[in-house]
Amino acid sequence: MDRTQLLNKLWEYQQQFGYISNQAILEISKLLNVSNIEIESVISFYHFFHKTPTGKHLIYLNNSIISEFKGFDEVKTTFEKETGCTFNEPGNNEFTLLETSCIGLNDQEPAALINFQPFTDLTPKKVKLIIQKIKNGENVKDFCSKTISKIRFTPKNDKTVIFRNYRMGESLQQMQKFSPQQIIAKISKSKVQGCGGAFFPTGYKWQSCRNNEDDAKYIICNADEGEPGTFKDRALLQHLPGLLFEGMTIAGYATGAKEGIIYLRAEYFFILPELEALLQEFRNKNYLGKNILGINNFEFNIRIQMGAGSYVCGAASALIESLEGRRGEPPVRTHSATKHGYLQKPTVVNNVETLCYAARIIELGEDFFLNIGTPESPGTKLISISGDVAKPGIYEIEYGTSIRDLLGIEMSQATSPYFVQVSGPSGECINNTEFDRKICREDILCGGAFMVFNRNRDILQVLRNFMEFFKEESCGVCTPCRAGNYILTEKIKKIQRGLCAQEDVDEMKQWGKIIKLTSRCGLGKSSANTVTMAVDKFKDYFNVKIAPSNFNKTVEFDMEDAIHEFDSIIKETQL
Amino acid sequence: MENISFKIDGRVCSAEKGQNLIEAAKQNGIFIPTLCHFKHLNPLGTCRVCTVKNNGRTIAGCTVNVEEGIDIEVNTPELLDARKAILEMMFVEGNHFCPSCEKSGDCQMQNLGYETGIRFTRFPHLFVDRIVDARPERIVVNQNRCIKCKRCIEEVRTNDGHRVFNFTHRGNNTVVGIDYEQEAKLSETQAEHAMHICPTGSILVKGKTFGKPFGDRQFDFGPEGKMIPLKEVKKHKTTNKKKRIATTSLAGCFGCHMSMLDVDLGLLDLLEVVEFNKSPITDIKTFTERCDIGLIEGGCCNTHNIEVLREFRKNCDILVSVGECAIWGGLPAIRNTVPLEDCLKEAYLNSMTSEKGETIIPNHEDIPKILNKVYSNREVVEIDYHIPGCPPNANHIWNVVKHILFEEEYSIAYPEFKYD
Ligand SMILES: Cc1cc2nc3c(=O)[nH]c(=O)nc-3n(C[C@H](O)[C@H](O)[C@H](O)COP(=O)(O)O)c2cc1C
Ligand code: SF4
Repeated sequence: MDRTQLLNKLWEYQQQFGYISNQAILEISKLLNVSNIEIESVISFYHFFHKTPTGKHLIYLNNSIISEFKGFDEVKTTFEKETGCTFNEPGNNEFTLLETSCIGLNDQEPAALINFQPFTDLTPKKVKLIIQKIKNGENVKDFCSKTISKIRFTPKNDKTVIFRNYRMGESLQQMQKFSPQQIIAKISKSKVQGCGGAFFPTGYKWQSCRNNEDDAKYIICNADEGEPGTFKDRALLQHLPGLLFEGMTIAGYATGAKEGIIYLRAEYFFILPELEALLQEFRNKNYLGKNILGINNFEFNIRIQMGAGSYVCGAASALIESLEGRRGEPPVRTHSATKHGYLQKPTVVNNVETLCYAARIIELGEDFFLNIGTPESPGTKLISISGDVAKPGIYEIEYGTSIRDLLGIEMSQATSPYFVQVSGPSGECINNTEFDRKICREDILCGGAFMVFNRNRDILQVLRNFMEFFKEESCGVCTPCRAGNYILTEKIKKIQRGLCAQEDVDEMKQWGKIIKLTSRCGLGKSSANTVTMAVDKFKDYFNVKIAPSNFNKTVEFDMEDAIHEFDSIIKETQL
Repeated sequence: MENISFKIDGRVCSAEKGQNLIEAAKQNGIFIPTLCHFKHLNPLGTCRVCTVKNNGRTIAGCTVNVEEGIDIEVNTPELLDARKAILEMMFVEGNHFCPSCEKSGDCQMQNLGYETGIRFTRFPHLFVDRIVDARPERIVVNQNRCIKCKRCIEEVRTNDGHRVFNFTHRGNNTVVGIDYEQEAKLSETQAEHAMHICPTGSILVKGKTFGKPFGDRQFDFGPEGKMIPLKEVKKHKTTNKKKRIATTSLAGCFGCHMSMLDVDLGLLDLLEVVEFNKSPITDIKTFTERCDIGLIEGGCCNTHNIEVLREFRKNCDILVSVGECAIWGGLPAIRNTVPLEDCLKEAYLNSMTSEKGETIIPNHEDIPKILNKVYSNREVVEIDYHIPGCPPNANHIWNVVKHILFEEEYSIAYPEFKYD
């Protein structure tokens, strides 16, 4: 067996037996001729692999902040009551209950995956019904929720790029009129930027992959969509998967790659059958395979690799590690992926949305694209809006649209917005004096997540949810991110308990800066962004929390809490 | 080999093109602290202690290969502080009880603590319960001390090339896992090698833990003549003719007080210029006058400790935590990873010396209540200065006191600055 197949092999065991036994580890390590600990290290890295038996029904309830605000607690207790199990414990033969970070259904919270089938807009009543049905022996596949997100907005006056009519093969037909180098020139001219969050110029990336001669090259589509609050890639995979396949094929044509891999997050298992079916149709129609559209020697194939539950695997370098069957630790960078990427071969890693734009640009022409948006960021952008808005869902907006417009009556219809989180927890928070800022390179970029919180929401609860996420999702390889995010989470908890002095708030900011300064990869470099910004942007909120400094130079100390344990032990044992 | 020139903190340096920055800096007489970096291993970039700026971008120094014209910053205030902070994170993330560690004095992390002058950690200790794994054939792995530098993972392999260690889990739960089957295949030499490359005392070979005689430890003697200045310590202005000192021992062992007496005849000189108020040394039980300085030994493990500490804060201008227990809990804080109930039962009901069938955990309104964990003094009142050590050296203690109270300048000799 080849190491790149390790994740698939582990999935086989996980799905067949509900866990990966020591015996299985032994077998796999023999096959790969490595020590057992190496297999264990991979298993324990990924959230969806288990080393101990799980119940027949594995329930993952999303604990993202939007879910928390939409009734997570009641739903959670109902699950526990109905199944007789407790969350984050092994459970019984029938059920295992686990919490999980955002599953890309933020417009339909609270949401859960039961055996990887989606159940959305959960209420205690709904949960009761679901568990009853399961107990009656019904198959979850037969009654799971429809998840397709509403496309709430597209620009008028023929300015829509993505969500317009799609005809299979249209962009490939256009592609064959141009040489690979001309395709790259068109993409470069369009100034299209990566939509995965880093906004790197796509044309440049493709060009450098093309320039690096090698016997194999790869196009990897990053469909890991792990940033809480983002679900635009899922929407694309559900609405326009063909456009993505064409985009990948065009990237292959332009760079000289013959193989494309879609790294799909395990949370989206439920989309897999449709994707596989469409891939087959593409192959049947010769849109994939050898001599595509009769172009001599142009060969391109696409396969789908399932992830296994890890946010950091969305980072391009960690994603490649994961594809190669290892822990998703971002490696120490010596070369860019376009030179030594997957299997050390030149590789392009692009986000789902980016590749869809590439296909549209070839189909509609770069001038069409350049006429939309702002000078620095032409075109449109997909935004996934969730939270305290009347119309959560997918918005295709022209670059240059203001946050106020996004919140307004024409679009998401937010109710007394107070705190807007742009680009997810690793992005930026916005207060209500900044609503005139515009989504574009000239002002503020948005990776896709747009979470709106109203005046009644507690900022510390938001911050704590974000930090717990990073604490859990850090790959653990470098000190500031592994320990720092933990320390910062504890700090926020302390402030939440009402033990807050001015120093605590100042320290929160200083410590965040240190984590940002010294961490190895993008995760640690951005995990404390929101905390450090919120301290300045929501001064009024924090000022209320801060206890005045006192003459006795004592520090906020909760004596009651400190002796509570002793008192109850005495009460219990000394009767 | 091509020679190139580049800059470190504005100084022109030269090295071979492509050489590792840490080595290149060393050759040019500039020390960049590292923990995970190891001679012939590829750069690991895990500990981040060597964080520098390369043309303005922060990066782990061990992952930089020098090139013509690069501009490196090493010792800017921002970077020095970040480096110190990372070390502090290591101290609070694990459970580093230096006084009870076999590797103390030979520990590279501890030594960097000295080098960077860490007196206390700005972060509260996390006190995560971590195991000491004695199951392997030849070695014991003490997870309390592991800093996840990855050296052992990359370096230690069996003769047929199999790894013995690897990370398991992720995030704050990441630990170095051991493959028992492969570990059993290690030779004595290979096991000892694992122990030696561990920068802390996490990997120990059974029966070889006290390889060196105590007191002959490599980091006990710093660079000759090196002194640690007390520049962060503010002078105290007072009009008292004789300065007044108060001392107390909270959750400590009185070792720090013993050390205070350890200046021998120096004590007589001291008494010329200071007087002791409330202190076990004078047996004065309550403050009779406001004091210039209060020296606190031990942290807070019960309600009485908290009261005394607050009283000290009220009656002293300057408050100093003396010793590890006062600074962060120290040895009594070993209990912080164990639930209080287990501690009490072990101590009063199930211990070897308790009566059979004992059911009473001592409690009475006159007996102080035990806190849920041992708190550092910083968590209860403001502390002005911290003197590390277990106990701190007598000269260290009195030099700090004299520095604060009198006009003269004092500094600490390098070997007097210790955590054990
Ligand atoms: C911690 C972390 C998580 C990331 N997660 C994703 C993700 O889920 N999806 C994605 O497309 N890009 C993600 N990225 C960005 C990728 O590293 C990479 O920039 C992107 O996939 C490149 O494609 P693009 O140029 O088309 O945006 C992440 C980056 C980091 C540092
Ligand atoms: S910053 Fe965090 S996620 Fe990135 S390498 Fe370090 S520990 Fe891993």
